Amino acid sequence: MYRHKDCIAMILAGGQGSRLQAITDKVAKPAVSFGGKYRIIDFTLSNCVNSGIYTVGVLTQYQPLVLNEYIGNGSAWDLDRINGGVVILPPYQAKNSADWYKGTANAVYQNIDFIKRYNPENVLVLSGDHIYKMDYSKMLAYHRKKDADCTVGTLDVNIEEASRFGILTANEEGIIIEFEEKPKKPKSTRASMGIYIFKTDVLFRYLEADEKDKGSAKDFGKNIIPSMLRGGLRLCAYQFDGYWRDVGTVKSLWEADMDLLGSMPQLNLNDRSWRIYSGYRPYPPQYIGDNAKITNSIITEGCEIHGTVENSVLSENVKVARGAHISNSVIMSGVKISKGATVEYSIIDSDSVIGAGATIGSDKDGKDKITVIGSAVNVSAGEEIPAGSILSGNKYSV
Amino acid sequence: MSAAGIVFSNIHDDCISELTRVRTMASVPFGGKYRLVDFPLSNMVNSNIYNIKIITHYNYHSLMDHIGSGKEWDLARRNGGVKILPPFITAYANRENSLYTTRLEALQSVSASLDEIEDEYVVMSDCDIICNINLRDIINSHISSGADMTVAVKSEILTDKQAAKSIIFRADDENRITDVLSFPEEYSGHGYVWMNIIVMSKQKLMSTILDSTAHNYRSLIQDIIAKRLKKENYRIFEYEGYFGQIKSITEYYRENMSMIKNNSARELFTRQHSPIYTSTPETSPTYYGPSSSVKSSMISDGCTIEGRVENSILFSGVKIGKNTTVKNSIVFEDTVVSGNVKLNCVIADKNVVIREGRVLSGHETAPFYIEKNKMI
Repeated sequence: MYRHKDCIAMILAGGQGSRLQAITDKVAKPAVSFGGKYRIIDFTLSNCVNSGIYTVGVLTQYQPLVLNEYIGNGSAWDLDRINGGVVILPPYQAKNSADWYKGTANAVYQNIDFIKRYNPENVLVLSGDHIYKMDYSKMLAYHRKKDADCTVGTLDVNIEEASRFGILTANEEGIIIEFEEKPKKPKSTRASMGIYIFKTDVLFRYLEADEKDKGSAKDFGKNIIPSMLRGGLRLCAYQFDGYWRDVGTVKSLWEADMDLLGSMPQLNLNDRSWRIYSGYRPYPPQYIGDNAKITNSIITEGCEIHGTVENSVLSENVKVARGAHISNSVIMSGVKISKGATVEYSIIDSDSVIGAGATIGSDKDGKDKITVIGSAVNVSAGEEIPAGSILSGNKYSV
Repeated sequence: MSAAGIVFSNIHDDCISELTRVRTMASVPFGGKYRLVDFPLSNMVNSNIYNIKIITHYNYHSLMDHIGSGKEWDLARRNGGVKILPPFITAYANRENSLYTTRLEALQSVSASLDEIEDEYVVMSDCDIICNINLRDIINSHISSGADMTVAVKSEILTDKQAAKSIIFRADDENRITDVLSFPEEYSGHGYVWMNIIVMSKQKLMSTILDSTAHNYRSLIQDIIAKRLKKENYRIFEYEGYFGQIKSITEYYRENMSMIKNNSARELFTRQHSPIYTSTPETSPTYYGPSSSVKSSMISDGCTIEGRVENSILFSGVKIGKNTTVKNSIVFEDTVVSGNVKLNCVIADKNVVIREGRVLSGHETAPFYIEKNKMI
């Protein structure tokens, strides 16, 4: 009954992102706010739509409420479709078992029935927590041209960072000859982006075999890719040269937000040929008061600014009172910064209130000591939060 | 008591002919990201009215683009939702002209569609009004007073010039209408100014339309209300919140500016649980460059600002170049203002390009209007 699809996407969006600390107390990492009006998963969803992939499964597990509500019926990404569209896939109770997703491979394995409904030739496996603009249709064309069983998206990373990634070596034809997940001594700087296109039958065969292997971590990078390589399958590497960030830590999230600033930003969101879509919210335009001073910042709808904002990224509905000073910071939606408060090198999560004259963070250590204020925290008037502190939302929850 | 909505999209087009040359009154941009139709539509949706018909006349492509499926107003529905009713030529009751000119003729022309409404009450609204009003209050007052028709009014102190552009009601202590004046020449002082919102039962509306067709009546005010107010129970409902009305390009300009200068006007957009909905293109947040200076302004998303902006409204996707000063101006979607430009009291329509070094100025009583797609 479902029409055949060339390629469908499975987005892994169940991760907690525990290194983001207080920011992911209540939301899954893909639902973390980014770039003023976006959530991280907007990039992957928009990439799918812009690449002509209109059937997308989103595998959720950790704190799914915000993420589920945000994705809704997918209309913000044009993914509200009769045939396909976006479908949220949480873990479920089956006739003989009920299981959480035990790893990335197991999550896809548990949803083989979903994939079968569309009978696709290829399955694109994506991660919902990366920031990048990528045309998957080009990767799919490459995958077809190479007649690969699996194509791995790759990029060059710094040698210092390489041991955080799956590192691979490919020959001149682009065929992968070696793959090592998180090697202690990386042999190259060509890293897997955690993006894979599989021939569907090959994927099913390996997922089923991996499921039977009790010792397996049920992970694509650790288990599936290495065992495909051992099995002598044709694995190809597809090199991606654009901007890509895994915003797994507080510092990297802050840095990626800062990459949006400047007249020629590293990541251009104002690109009409590759729009990044975000959920629709009916907020009025931003209002800039007669005492405001704003430089090198991005600000979005619903904000009301009466103070000074420099080198910062502000999400919806942020209120900045007179005499408040924000610099080098990321302020998420609904935050109120009261009179005379100072915020430097900080990330303030949604709906927090910074009292009058309070000081959050400092510019002494710059980006090496980012201060984090979790969601819905009240910082009282005059309070000083030293640089590098992390205030969790639960501690002060209202 | 369920209610349906009827929105008149073209009724006042001639008031701001500059802006309605390429669009209906309903799709005239307002307040940085809205179109005028957003006010009646949002008011209806926020008052649980989900079955809405928009009566159009001509030039309604921009309106259709804006409304789309209606999902931004929660009006993409299987039952009800928003429907655009273009002129239904063969059913025209008015035999002399091919297109209607008044509200009553507009209703006559689409009476077949209106007859399909199953709701008990009908709220009618024009698109020249700026307010965030709970229409349920009017419907409730209409029901409890047993009125045949209830019109929303705003109590105002009018100069003779303002009165000459208004429809003014007189009412007794029980809010029953005793007189109606259309654009009186020599009137000043207190008056109940019509907000162009009417509530009737569906049954009463249909019988009024049929009767006026039979008698060849054209004007709801002069042929129906004025002639029957003694016999029928017509009432006013006094609204106390912020209300703005656009009767000329000067008032259009002033109403926009009051969104910056007047906090109570801006609160229109932030009323609890009653947002004004709109559809806008997907854009990134606005970027304020290192040399930007923005004060007392309303700025939509997707802009890039490198220069000075004061007392102005920027719609989405506007670019302001370096060393440029934009003061007291309204700049529509995707307009580019290059470097070293000076603008004062300018209304620049969509997609205008103002080239390097231009100096343009109007006056607040006569803003300088630049038409869509023009290059200066």
